[in-house]
Amino acid sequence: MTILAVVLLLVGAWIVYIFNGLVGLRNQVANAFRQIDVQLKRRHDLIPNLVESVRGEMKFEKETLERVIQARAAAVTAGQGGNTGDILAKEGMLTQALGRLMAVSENYPNLKANDGVRSLMEELTHTENQIGFARQFYNDVVTKFNTGQQVFPANMFAAMLGFSPAVLWELPADSVERETPKVNLTI
Amino acid sequence: MRPSTSGSRAPQMNIYEQQAYNKRTTVAIVAVFVLFFLVLGLGFDYFYLNFSPLAAPQIHMTEDGYYEAQRPSGAARIPFGTIISLLIGLGVAGNSMVNGPSMVLRSTMARRAVPGSDKEKQYLNVVEEMATAAGLPVPTAYIVPDPDLNAFATGTNPSNSVIAVTEGLLDSLNREELQGVVAHEMSHIRNYDMRLMTIMAGLIGAITLLSDFAGRSLRFGGRSYGGASRGDSGKRGGPAAIIFFVIWIILIVLAPLLSRLLAMAVSRQREFLADASAAELTRNPLSLVAALEKIRAAVMPTNAINNGVGHMCITDPRGGLFEEKSGFVADLLATHPPMEKRILALKMMAYQGGSPQPA
Repeated sequence: MTILAVVLLLVGAWIVYIFNGLVGLRNQVANAFRQIDVQLKRRHDLIPNLVESVRGEMKFEKETLERVIQARAAAVTAGQGGNTGDILAKEGMLTQALGRLMAVSENYPNLKANDGVRSLMEELTHTENQIGFARQFYNDVVTKFNTGQQVFPANMFAAMLGFSPAVLWELPADSVERETPKVNLTI
Repeated sequence: MRPSTSGSRAPQMNIYEQQAYNKRTTVAIVAVFVLFFLVLGLGFDYFYLNFSPLAAPQIHMTEDGYYEAQRPSGAARIPFGTIISLLIGLGVAGNSMVNGPSMVLRSTMARRAVPGSDKEKQYLNVVEEMATAAGLPVPTAYIVPDPDLNAFATGTNPSNSVIAVTEGLLDSLNREELQGVVAHEMSHIRNYDMRLMTIMAGLIGAITLLSDFAGRSLRFGGRSYGGASRGDSGKRGGPAAIIFFVIWIILIVLAPLLSRLLAMAVSRQREFLADASAAELTRNPLSLVAALEKIRAAVMPTNAINNGVGHMCITDPRGGLFEEKSGFVADLLATHPPMEKRILALKMMAYQGGSPQPA
């Protein structure tokens, strides 16, 4: 009788251990997802400054600059709306517009001499990297969480305890970011 | 084209497989280390301090005239030597763990990185990026005023950790390569390598204490093996005990060397692990390859970093020659694996490490 009780106690303790582990991972997933938004917002805040500082130098690139500003406005609106597919699409277009701007700025050697522009360009690179790494980390924790639910013995209890697999961050199949950005470098 | 110098063909392992392999190897080496320490410590207690929890109870007559079986007294069941040496060793090591980072930083005359110049701002940004990729708090970034290329990380907890690079490194590496190096240091923090090496240092200290003490007792012509005062019923037969004693003496004499070898083996495994973890953080193993090759090309020793923190650096601060030397003994005593092997392992992670195909 006591053996049965001890075994039941151990199994119960084990299930509690699994449950707590999965709760921790689920919260990490939620946190990592929101961190991506933090980086996206940083990018939104950085762009007006950048555009203003290069506008004087890059007088012939009005179209490129305008595209960046409009893409940013669209991304901010999408962010406030909250539709994930929409956010992904608009942020993707902003990345494309920025990429074009960065490539075109190579034609303006005077820009590199300008300290303010250089540091802003570095900040932009930094922000793009941050967005990338935040998404990478999100995928890493999602993988850990999903694996935690699917390994044996946890897979017997995971669904019962209320856990479901999380979704990895990925570009939609028709996203503009999947195309290589086309840049016209002729003056 | 020269084939790789690693001798046998290493199996193709990706980022995750390499990390798993390195962690398993670390556990194996540490297990051997702990076992070694226990053999030395318990042997010491057995031969010198009357420690024998398994002794058969002695039978003797009490005052009332009854025969009584007496188990060994409480004191004989506690391995004092093992415990005391362990406490002292871990205590000293723990002290270095707590005060270590600030001492190291002061000794290298490192200064905080401030967003003054372009390079430093870039460095701070790269550290922040790696912290994001690892999901850890951002470590404090320092710069060591030395023209050589080197970097180290210290700190027992991700929340109070420190990364430092030399000025030479900042000047020579581009952004991607700097990212690789910072990722390597971040991985040392992520994998709690400081804690592991501190525990190793504690065990080495404990083993050295035991070895020292045993040596002293031997020199004073102490009991050849203790327990003679307890009567003969507690001892096993003669020849086996003598053989154990001889083996144990040999181990004690070799202990300082053997423990150092084991600790260096662990250090090398952790370096491989940090490389693989860095590749996982950046998903760009080739950037670290480029950085390592630049570091290898600049063979100056890093004077600012002394040997005490050598095992925490990305390359041996005593100078490149230590890593180019091959040969059995040099390999065993090195804190870092040879650059060739590290670069090969990283190239494997980038699926470029296979031996060249016959033309």
